[in-house]
Amino acid sequence: MDFHDTPEEAAFRDEIRRWLDEHLVGEFAAIGGRGGPADETGWDTRVAWEKLLGADRWVGLSWPEEYGGRAASFAEQVVFNEEYAKADAPARVSFFGEGLFAPTLIAYGTDEQKRRFLPKIQHGEEFWCQGYSEPNAGSDLSNVQTRAVLDGDEWVINGQKVWTTFAHRAQWCFAVVRTDPESKGSKGLSYLMVPIDQPGIEVRPLKQMTGTAEFNEVFFTDARTAADNVLGEVGDGWKVAMATLGFERGTAFLSQQLAFQRELAGLIEVAHKNGATEDSSIRQQLTQSYIGVQIMKYNGMRMLTGLVKRGVLGPESSIGKLYWSKWHRSFGELAMHVLGPASQIIDGEPDAGYQLNELQRVFMFSRSETIYAGASEIQRNIIGERVLGLPREPR
Amino acid sequence: MNFAFSEEQDQLRDAVRKFMEAKSPSGEVRRHMETVEGYDENVWKQMAQELGLQSLHIPEAHGGQGFSFVELGIVLEEMGRALLCAPYFSTVGLAANAIMNAGSDAQQSELLPGIASGETIATLAFTEPDGKWDASGITMEATGSGDSVTLDGTKMFVIDGHTANVIVVAARQPGTGGEDGISFFTVAGDADGLTRTPLATMDQTRKQAQLEFAGVAAKPLGEPGAGWAALSKTLDQAAVCLSNEMVGGAQQCLDMSVEYAKVRVQFGRPIGSFQAIKHKCADMLLEVESAKSAAYYASWSAAEDNDELPVVASLAKAYCSDAYFHAAAETIQIHGGIGFTWEHDAHLYFKRAKSSEILLGDATYHRELLAQRIGI
Repeated sequence: MDFHDTPEEAAFRDEIRRWLDEHLVGEFAAIGGRGGPADETGWDTRVAWEKLLGADRWVGLSWPEEYGGRAASFAEQVVFNEEYAKADAPARVSFFGEGLFAPTLIAYGTDEQKRRFLPKIQHGEEFWCQGYSEPNAGSDLSNVQTRAVLDGDEWVINGQKVWTTFAHRAQWCFAVVRTDPESKGSKGLSYLMVPIDQPGIEVRPLKQMTGTAEFNEVFFTDARTAADNVLGEVGDGWKVAMATLGFERGTAFLSQQLAFQRELAGLIEVAHKNGATEDSSIRQQLTQSYIGVQIMKYNGMRMLTGLVKRGVLGPESSIGKLYWSKWHRSFGELAMHVLGPASQIIDGEPDAGYQLNELQRVFMFSRSETIYAGASEIQRNIIGERVLGLPREPR
Repeated sequence: MNFAFSEEQDQLRDAVRKFMEAKSPSGEVRRHMETVEGYDENVWKQMAQELGLQSLHIPEAHGGQGFSFVELGIVLEEMGRALLCAPYFSTVGLAANAIMNAGSDAQQSELLPGIASGETIATLAFTEPDGKWDASGITMEATGSGDSVTLDGTKMFVIDGHTANVIVVAARQPGTGGEDGISFFTVAGDADGLTRTPLATMDQTRKQAQLEFAGVAAKPLGEPGAGWAALSKTLDQAAVCLSNEMVGGAQQCLDMSVEYAKVRVQFGRPIGSFQAIKHKCADMLLEVESAKSAAYYASWSAAEDNDELPVVASLAKAYCSDAYFHAAAETIQIHGGIGFTWEHDAHLYFKRAKSSEILLGDATYHRELLAQRIGI
């Protein structure tokens, strides 16, 4: 047990710091820390920043060197994320591409597929969205009804995906579709890569309770993609899709924990200013929130060490989603109490639209976080059955 | 960055777990908890002689093995899991740390070897009848100076105070208040003028006593009047030790609950297949794993003796207290009627969880302390 940097980690930390010192200036520094899951603030600037990061291989850190990555260890990824957050650099725009699709592609893709897609992700030229959920495939995710059939050298896709984050920003979608029409459940599915910009695809924004529309409905009407654009074997898509969810649980938490830490620091500052810290109940809740976000970090570090040591994720990893979504929701609720009556007022003129401030947005958006990427109830089933070995619910 | 135990540390855990399984099964816990002394002298000797548990983190120069709080935490976790009835937390977690923090080299040489060898049972007497865990709770005055000091007053809620042969006492210089003027002393368990009264405790697995001092001659430990820093650090270290102990108990509660949920059949199927029970167990796992992360990180910080210790000690104590009590309470609920009986072990953990939560300050107390420590 040792939380000091090794000499290699320290050198890596120095390199990142120097790079950020030099590049995080001007318009990039100006939007520092802004952006996030429910926030498209400064999107174009953030895309430009992503290109800058990619040019120096800070995108795709963990990828093998032959595909342009740095083959960084988990510890180095932790270091990168720490320094990135400390520098208050802009929120990243490539979560679905770099964070979810790329590791799945590296695990299951052909050499040709990797060479086709990875560089575009690294250089911020192509963004991705995740086509999993459907109107009738929510918690029962394998109940996919979107179908694809081969027509010559192309797949023809019909159906609908929903809750597709940033589909309106993406050039590509990785989608789980039914390629065996006779199949049911998790069998007979395939994992396709589909270009968004085509006549057969319509993206409709879904206006959420936040008043914004980061989620979308995506309609496929004879949409097409090349026959080669299948990841893994045809019919084996469920396994590939689950691998993506594994990556979602893996290192993705890092930058998130740091973003949460920053949100809490901001709230504590607000509480100092408006006098809320004099209220003993608020003090208790702020401290509880602090404990929660620190433990999120400790859990994450234990998970990564376990992964390095044992090669597989341990029980501490499966609690991640359940833990952070619950924490963030409580944090949002606490923020309203810290702000008091001011929490109920939206900035700007009464007819200027529904423009939430950052804390109001967290209060609302966090309601989606205990639902998406496996609702908390589903997470508890997974923990109960796969980690604790409790019997399955009869189905 | 490496957040895992080493192979040697895993071996230590295995050895301690085997020892606890052999020496502290439920039957033994129940036998000792009903005695006034509350422990088995032979087991105490074996702990020292066979496993060297009392000497673990005492420096080699003073008869110890020079390991760190990480190893100590492992041992305490296994003891907590088995509800070991022994004056280990008081002797090693409280007294030895106080002596190491406050004592001169000569005083440490005099006091620590006895603890390391298992001959000395020791404790720290700092709380008084008002039950406060901070400096303001210390009102006992030490009169006289140099080597001729006498103590008068009452110490209360002293863990294993009736069986300890060395008692480390925190008292204050007349006319001082708050964190100023606090001094440490040592007093022999059989000192003239000391009346020790064992208290009947709700958690029978951890004994407490009332100690009345009437003109008791005491030996100074450390610098007179400057004891608060050492006491505060001792309490932080003890909070880390206790957090690890609580984690062991919480894990045992989870294990008992999951085991029972797999075998208890109602409505024709194991109750663990119902989401109502499954989700309780999942939440317990989340809290137990998180408590481990907090306790282990705090152990490392104590081992490093770094600036983070006060923050992570209170953080761990607050979180582990809540997690253990919640796990113990859910264990009763999941077991249903059987969990409410004297015969089942669930109540032993429930009671230990509550006594540990209260000991050294409950979660609310530590959250406020933490708020101050992080500048809220």
